[in-house]
Amino acid sequence: MSASHSYGPRPWTFYALAALFTLFVIFLYGPMIAVLVLSFQGPSGSLVFPLRDPSLMWFDELFNPRRTGDVMGALGRSLPLAVLVMILTVLISVTAGFAFRRRFRGATIIFYTAIASLIIPGLVLSIGTLVTFKYLGLRAAWYTSALGAHLSWSLPFGLLIMFAILGRLSPSYEEAAYDLGASKWQTVKNVVVPIVFPGMIAVALFGFTLSYDEFPRSWLTVGTKNTLPLEIWTMTTNVTSPALYALGTVTTVVSFIVIAIALGSIVIIQRKRSRGK
Amino acid sequence: MAQNKNLTTFLQVAPLSVVLFFFFVVPVALVVLVSFFRYQMLVGIVPQFTLKNYVDLINNPTTWTLYLSTIKFALIVLAITFVLGFWISYFLVFHVRNLIVAIGLFLVCTVPFWTSNIIRMISWRPVLGKEGLINSGLLKAGIIDQPYQWLLYSDFSVVVAYVHLFTLFMIVPIFNSMARIDKSLLEAAIDAGATRWGVIWNVVLPLSKTGIALGALFVVTLVMGDFFVVTVMSGGLSGSATSGMFNDLQFMNYPRAAASAVVLLIVVLLIATAIFRLVDVRKELVR
Repeated sequence: MSASHSYGPRPWTFYALAALFTLFVIFLYGPMIAVLVLSFQGPSGSLVFPLRDPSLMWFDELFNPRRTGDVMGALGRSLPLAVLVMILTVLISVTAGFAFRRRFRGATIIFYTAIASLIIPGLVLSIGTLVTFKYLGLRAAWYTSALGAHLSWSLPFGLLIMFAILGRLSPSYEEAAYDLGASKWQTVKNVVVPIVFPGMIAVALFGFTLSYDEFPRSWLTVGTKNTLPLEIWTMTTNVTSPALYALGTVTTVVSFIVIAIALGSIVIIQRKRSRGK
Repeated sequence: MAQNKNLTTFLQVAPLSVVLFFFFVVPVALVVLVSFFRYQMLVGIVPQFTLKNYVDLINNPTTWTLYLSTIKFALIVLAITFVLGFWISYFLVFHVRNLIVAIGLFLVCTVPFWTSNIIRMISWRPVLGKEGLINSGLLKAGIIDQPYQWLLYSDFSVVVAYVHLFTLFMIVPIFNSMARIDKSLLEAAIDAGATRWGVIWNVVLPLSKTGIALGALFVVTLVMGDFFVVTVMSGGLSGSATSGMFNDLQFMNYPRAAASAVVLLIVVLLIATAIFRLVDVRKELVR
């Protein structure tokens, strides 16, 4: 909690870096806010500012599939896919994370395979998965090939987060619990889970959002029906109305709800735990 | 007991290994295999060994131009994101005195990461466009009397979008490394007579190198493998190392697309290996 230097007047670098930070935040959020505002553009407004007679017409148009394509359908595939990826990412990377606390044969090769899977260009993997499904005579679909392609990218992320979390869980905590007479189950429930749980929520958040927003890995693997990012991509070339911004607002709101749930539950858990002490 | 433990470990890593095998190892192996097959119009992939796909690629001057352009983007973006990532992390870790505030500001930086990349890209249009916020602002202020054309659909806007999307990949690992630095080290250095810059150069920078290496790995590989940002933000004017792959796929020429993919993969893996040579990332991660 202590600052690097003893408390005293702030050095000039503080103000310089605070200014840099503020500019960076404006740079990060400014364009997003612009899109958010412009999605309420009225009938006489254009794709740019100023905002004229604010209305909800573009949201209305968005859910009217005649004009803008199958947005609702795409959302109806993207959400279950993201939830599926989230659940599997948590289950698989948490269990694997525990294995890596011990030395075992093949640890190095699995680790480097995971890293390679993380940094391989999404397009390369997309082609590979498509070719694999072709050779196996399977049909590509969002719940098979796209699910696998998304997992190959969310699992390494989940694993890295688990490394960071489990680094803080010293094996001596568990040993202490055993020495005090706790059973294996009690140790897991009262020692391991409380330490690991916030990290699991972080893994879940990554799993969900990485899948929900993933484009390159979905591109060739979703089969005949688009997920939401692909639908947006098609719209960027076909749709030249603020409906595109309205879609941006809708997707971002979904993301923000998910982020709020995740961060909120981490805060609640931390608070409960500190009250328990 | 030992037998039992081995079995547990095996069961714990089995699901991860199975997914990585079927959705990473097999696809990559098949891409490599197909890249040596022949392509025939209307038939598609013909399983006959050939090096033609690679020869075509290497003899095509466009390949080289595209790779050069992608490497140029990667280096520019790497430099900018490193400077931003380093100083923002430094600010959060060493200048913000309250831990809760520091974590809050860190989250402010990370939230956009969890939203859609495509939407974040598109959101530059009303800002940088000919009638966008910046041009209309400058026109109104009387600084310019013609809108700047180079703000959007140019190399400039490509770099802006990359920095916008990828700086986070620098901030998170560098922040993580810096947060682990024992603050008393800095005080010791100052007591020993080091200047502020001396501390940054000799203590903070070397101790953050794992984070910097991981960040660089993410940024470079993301830029190298990108197709969509460069296409949207350059308005189709610039290509990337993946453009050839994209074109081949439109014509269902999987073998040549696979050859492009293999070349790209080799380049990316070489970069990754170079970074891992410089810093033992694994030792730092699994402790």
